[in-house]
Amino acid sequence: MDLTRFQAMSQAVIDGDREAAAALAREALSRGFDAQAAVENGFIPGLQKVGSLWESGEYFLPELLAAAEAMKAAMAVLRPALEAGREAALSLGKVVLGTIEGDIHDIGKNLVGALLSANGFEVVDLGADVKIDRFISAAEETGASIIGLSALLTTTMLGQKRLVEELHSRGIRGKFKVLVGGAPVTQKWADDIGADGYGENALAAVRAAKALTGRE
Amino acid sequence: MTAAVRPKVELLSPGLIDRILQEAWLILEREGVLFENAEARALFRDAGASVDEAGQRVRIGRRLVEACLSRTPESVTLYDRTGEESFRVGGDDVHFDPGSAGTRVVDHRTGRERPPVSEDLVTLARLADALPNFHFQSTGLVASDVPPVLGDSWRVYLALLYSAKPIVTGTFRVEGFGPMRDMLAAARGGPEELRRKPLAIFDACPSPPLKWSHLTSQSLIDSARAGIPSELISMGMTGASSPATIAGTLVQHVVENLAGLVLCQLAAPGAPVIFGGSPSSFDMRKGTTPMGAIETMMIDMAYAQIGKALHLPTHAYMALSDAKTPDAQAGYESGIGAVLAALAGINVVSGPGMLNYESAVSFEKLVIDDEICGMSYRLLEGITPREDPLAEHLFREFKPETQFLTLPHTRKWYRIEHRQSPLPDRDTYDAWVAAGAKDLPERASERVREILEGTPARRPEAGLADELRRIIVDDARRSGVASLPL
Ligand code: B12
Repeated sequence: MDLTRFQAMSQAVIDGDREAAAALAREALSRGFDAQAAVENGFIPGLQKVGSLWESGEYFLPELLAAAEAMKAAMAVLRPALEAGREAALSLGKVVLGTIEGDIHDIGKNLVGALLSANGFEVVDLGADVKIDRFISAAEETGASIIGLSALLTTTMLGQKRLVEELHSRGIRGKFKVLVGGAPVTQKWADDIGADGYGENALAAVRAAKALTGRE
Repeated sequence: MTAAVRPKVELLSPGLIDRILQEAWLILEREGVLFENAEARALFRDAGASVDEAGQRVRIGRRLVEACLSRTPESVTLYDRTGEESFRVGGDDVHFDPGSAGTRVVDHRTGRERPPVSEDLVTLARLADALPNFHFQSTGLVASDVPPVLGDSWRVYLALLYSAKPIVTGTFRVEGFGPMRDMLAAARGGPEELRRKPLAIFDACPSPPLKWSHLTSQSLIDSARAGIPSELISMGMTGASSPATIAGTLVQHVVENLAGLVLCQLAAPGAPVIFGGSPSSFDMRKGTTPMGAIETMMIDMAYAQIGKALHLPTHAYMALSDAKTPDAQAGYESGIGAVLAALAGINVVSGPGMLNYESAVSFEKLVIDDEICGMSYRLLEGITPREDPLAEHLFREFKPETQFLTLPHTRKWYRIEHRQSPLPDRDTYDAWVAAGAKDLPERASERVREILEGTPARRPEAGLADELRRIIVDDARRSGVASLPL
């Protein structure tokens, strides 16, 4: 694959252009190019550029989310072509994410999910109003390493505690790292309930997730 | 003598209001609004709206909306707990009340946020009762020392016990409505008396975009049937949960609020409804919802103008701030918000005392904001020509040494024309230093203490207090709560 094609892939992510990203990915496959190279030399450098545009204050959330979407679109095309072991190496880990039962606030959770996936995590988004049981079964089924719980209400915050207790009572506490967040949630609450990590905002959530997977 | 001109600001041209409404009619009829609540959908179906049961979607024709609008009272009158003092919510009347449902309180000793406990709710009720520029109180804090299942009714219990002012509140659970209504009815002497003289407003928020949740639909239905005014709190966040443009967000706001209004009227024709909201601009860097952004205030003023064009009472979350302490940002955001809300003639303005978006209450800020609200009311009184002639007669015997301080005209008018404001610093520099060089939060903190030590709470008589206790204890028992902190 030539340099300009890699550059076009980067650019599609930088522009947040989903269609272009997916089309470039399909084109790479149909021409028999290496999927791995497309990801590593094409799309990921785009994501890195987006990160630095964010850091420098040029990019805001809409650009960041659009880039994450473009990346996702490309990965959806390329994933089947990646060798199994290599795919895992590209992912920082799987996160099951959702808002606790009884709580429909999902904007913060969506932001966290978008930034996690933009940073290389594979996010299984269960949506809002999710039962404790569902979090656990989804985590087991997908082999996730992190369960991310969002709660915006003082009532539903308690669900975070219940989940930790439930993991204990099922004897699987050690299998998953529990990451908590949401406006009323604090580091102290996270400590009190024995969660593994806390993120005040979406960027902190990414930092915490990286710390939990030992990738930072 | 002519009356004062009431200062007023409008942001929308009649043409733009019309365009917003036209698009709203179209969306209500074509896309419709989601209602999770089955009883709500049944009411819509019975009224001839097109209901997609599987998709929970209700499409509402303009004729039905207009029929419901014509049944909605143009104003609501709230009465305090004694039933004596009344407040018209309508026209261009403005009533400020503290902001709602804070999950944190700023501890004045440490200046840091902490979870509120029941004592803080008592303090809030007592301050709201004593501060003259809040016409209503609000259940502005959620107590962390009662289990969350009791969160909503416990707030109303303490509000009724420690302040006589009408209450702005809302449910957190469907089961919360019953005990809350029962306490209000007990305070009034019965459900029919409560209907005739409403004591509280219940807030209910649609879920943007274009959805009413099970809980909030039920609150609308239950409140309408009990004659309790519902405040419709659409809260788009520009570019996150509603269109990025202000005019676009207004379209969504109108659609959501009107769908809620129709539900209220279908549940009980003539039900009192207030066209409110808590929309916000969205910070595209921090992912937060700045209530102190000027665009937030512009959306508030504009939907209120549309509410007025529809002949409805109005409400907004203004006069609050995103700052974390009662600092200069808190002052300018709350001050600008209060003045603009007043100039827009918004009937119920919730927000004073609040910091950190809508999540924290500072008692010092409450005292400071009371002053801001007082200034805003004064602004609305406008400039009255007090005498005829206005001043010409004062200059008839004009001499260079004429002293206004000694004129009878001065003594006659200065108290009426000018507010006395003990809170702001109006000392000379030396006097300020001599008095301890205190800044505004320090002086406000002293005022908080003065009120708490010097102004007794307006408690209900023993019979009512017992009855309220019986209702809350009963609710606690049914909710599986074994003990109460107060
Ligand atoms: C928007 C909003 C709504 C919208 C939600 C729309 C939606 N689709 O999400 C609607 C209108 C539906 C709504 C409804 C209600 N709301 Co509301 N709502 C808000 C509001 C104004 C903003 C929330 C928001 O989206 N913020 C922006 C996002 C980006 O921030 P965030 O959610 O905090 O997320 C960030 C961090 O917390 C963190 N994070 C979030 N999740 C996670 C997860 C992990 C794992 C990690 C690490 C980090 C993390 O990262 C995020 C990104 O930076 C807040 C006030 C506030 N400022 O918090 C009230 C607020 C949360 N709501 C409140 C209330 C009371 C309600 C209602 C009960 C009101 C009612 N009676 O109708 C209902 C409840 C419905 C329900 N069952 O859930 C109260 C809660 C009080 C309490 N005691 O708990 C608040 C605090 C407002 C108030 N003071 O009254 N609400």
